[in-house]
Amino acid sequence: MTNKRVPNFLLPLLVLFVFNVSAAFAQGGSNAAGGQTPIEIKIGYLRAYEPELALSVMDIPPADAGVAGAQVAIVDNNTTGSFLGQKFTLDVVQIKPNEDAVEPFNQMVQSGVKFVLADLSAEQLLAIADAGREQGIIVFNVASREDALREEQCRANVFHTAPTYSMLADGLAQYLIWKQWRNWVLIYGSHEEDKLFAEALRRAAERFGGSIVAEKEFEDTGTARRSDTGVTQIQRLMPVFTQDLPAHDVLLAADESEVFAGYLPYRTWVPRPVAGSAGLRPSSWHPASEQWGGTQIQNRFEKAVKRRMISVDMNAWTAVRSIGEAATRTQSGETEKLAEFIRSDDFQVAAFRGQRLTYRKWNQQLRQPVFLGDGSQVVSTSPQEGFLHQVSELDTLGVDQPETACQL
Amino acid sequence: MRRYLPLLAISLMASTATPALAYKAYISNERGNSVSIVDTETMEVIETINVGQRPRGITISHDGKYVYLCASDDDTVEIIDTATNKIVGTLPSGPDPELFVLSPDGKRLYVANEDDNLVTVIDVETKRMIVEIPVGVEPEGMGMSPDGKTLVNTSETTNMAHFIDTETHEITHNVLVDSRPRFAEFNPDGSEVWVSAEIGGTVSVIDNESREIKHKITFEIPGLRTESIQPVGVRISEDGTKAYVALGPANRVAVIDTSTYEVTKYVLVGQRVWQLAFTPDQKYIISTNGISNDVTFIDVATDEPVQSVTVGDQPWGVVVAPN
Repeated sequence: MTNKRVPNFLLPLLVLFVFNVSAAFAQGGSNAAGGQTPIEIKIGYLRAYEPELALSVMDIPPADAGVAGAQVAIVDNNTTGSFLGQKFTLDVVQIKPNEDAVEPFNQMVQSGVKFVLADLSAEQLLAIADAGREQGIIVFNVASREDALREEQCRANVFHTAPTYSMLADGLAQYLIWKQWRNWVLIYGSHEEDKLFAEALRRAAERFGGSIVAEKEFEDTGTARRSDTGVTQIQRLMPVFTQDLPAHDVLLAADESEVFAGYLPYRTWVPRPVAGSAGLRPSSWHPASEQWGGTQIQNRFEKAVKRRMISVDMNAWTAVRSIGEAATRTQSGETEKLAEFIRSDDFQVAAFRGQRLTYRKWNQQLRQPVFLGDGSQVVSTSPQEGFLHQVSELDTLGVDQPETACQL
Repeated sequence: MRRYLPLLAISLMASTATPALAYKAYISNERGNSVSIVDTETMEVIETINVGQRPRGITISHDGKYVYLCASDDDTVEIIDTATNKIVGTLPSGPDPELFVLSPDGKRLYVANEDDNLVTVIDVETKRMIVEIPVGVEPEGMGMSPDGKTLVNTSETTNMAHFIDTETHEITHNVLVDSRPRFAEFNPDGSEVWVSAEIGGTVSVIDNESREIKHKITFEIPGLRTESIQPVGVRISEDGTKAYVALGPANRVAVIDTSTYEVTKYVLVGQRVWQLAFTPDQKYIISTNGISNDVTFIDVATDEPVQSVTVGDQPWGVVVAPN
């Protein structure tokens, strides 16, 4: 790669954006300020949100989940941008789940946004991706785990930083196999997402040599998630629900809607670990990860946001950093140029996951390790040792190129 | 040096091999919150000092009297008196100090503050902070030109080597390098600065005159994926002919011919090799191996690993006393 030295004429711009500028430095710089206008790269964050309940109040997602990750990355991009004459902005728009996303998306685009982070349902995401295709808008999916968005329903103008159900399930399965806990029972909920995650777990069992010895559906009958007397009832209900299961090593729960999974640990008929939507959970990030320089982003995030960083924050951070990295390397703010670079062999982003992260060329899914953790600890990260791949070990997680249904 | 002459004579008599002089190597143990002192002749730990939390960057005054240590989680630089091995003071490092470098005259310490995107300049004698210099995101590597005029800081998320004029404290050049630049090292004549990129997997050789990358070194180890080759610490021999690069989870130190930039050898050391330091006589280069909790002595003449020594929990940095 050729050297990208910053021309001297851009240096005065430095003072426009740096934080904590010492007095002496600011003074020195301000004399020279007022030169070139920086290249502005407008990023939008479109989210479907309403406050959610959870089985435990401790699991209720923070109101700024995801948005905060994007904001921290914008500050990071702007620190780098100050040396290169680039300025990044974030425009956050919030709608309700199931609301039309296209109208607010169009408004964003009209105001000059070229990159949109989508924290939306699969349907909403497809609607805005198709609405923005003609205008060359690039969408980053930071939340939706549906495999179909990367397969049958893949779109050339969509990149995905959120991992898929199959990547998460494969990451979990590899660890269970590494532990030689091979016999699993699967309890899944009655919602569509529960079934998708359950399907991913079945696929993972087949791929890695696990055995699902029994399955059971836990139907959502719409009961209140919390009540004063709930604890006593749950203590009696969950053992009975798990009583008739055959011998197994691990109980897998697929409950994407906070209906039952959190009630399983310590309440099963036989003492077995729970994994999946409760117990040992697979995720793209963990609030306690300090590996691979993670302490640095965790500190930076906590200082700015006053809470720990969760997966959707990291997905959003990685999306904004991907755009920033492309802008740095190409010294450009042109959408198509940046998207081409992200697709190219030269692209890589460092995101505290121990190795360079890249996007799969066949469906634009970010390759990434899967964290396995409980509420407070990272237990392991997958891929596990010994799961080999001819291209990248990260491609042992999720749908691989030979199996893909995506045609971009 | 003089006081070691009798020792030298004894070891000459005892062995026909080239004698090693006894120096003290100080190793910071990131997780152990300690510093291990290793005798470079016997290659044994002679003392372990309890220090502040998360010790990482470590260096020593040019007269060998004081070891400076970044106690990252305590937001301070600790001063260890090498005569007593006691902590005798602290320096106002700014938050989360990780790596630092002393000016050639030993009067100033330049510290990278990872959490605040700053380089802090400290007057060692008055123990006062002189100035904070804003740099890129997650500043880490710190290299000082032999003439003391130029400081190079690397920022891990911005991916730049920032060239800073030590008189004006202003950035004069920003050179874009590969992902997660970890370390900057000038060659002895000051004509080049070598910058390692951990995630990028490369070492950029930057011409100090033009401030442009003149060569990019890549690494290839049979049986290892390129992702697992992650260059961190870099040291160049006093005669300028050989460079050593610690390759992180590749568990090897690369030896590079500085005239051709070709890797001549990969030396297998311990797990997750982080930082490197030469003994003053240039007989050994010592690597810290974070996961295997040891340091490895590499013989500079043969580039063979000669001895691994178990130290504290997660050794991070290493410095050898000059006398």
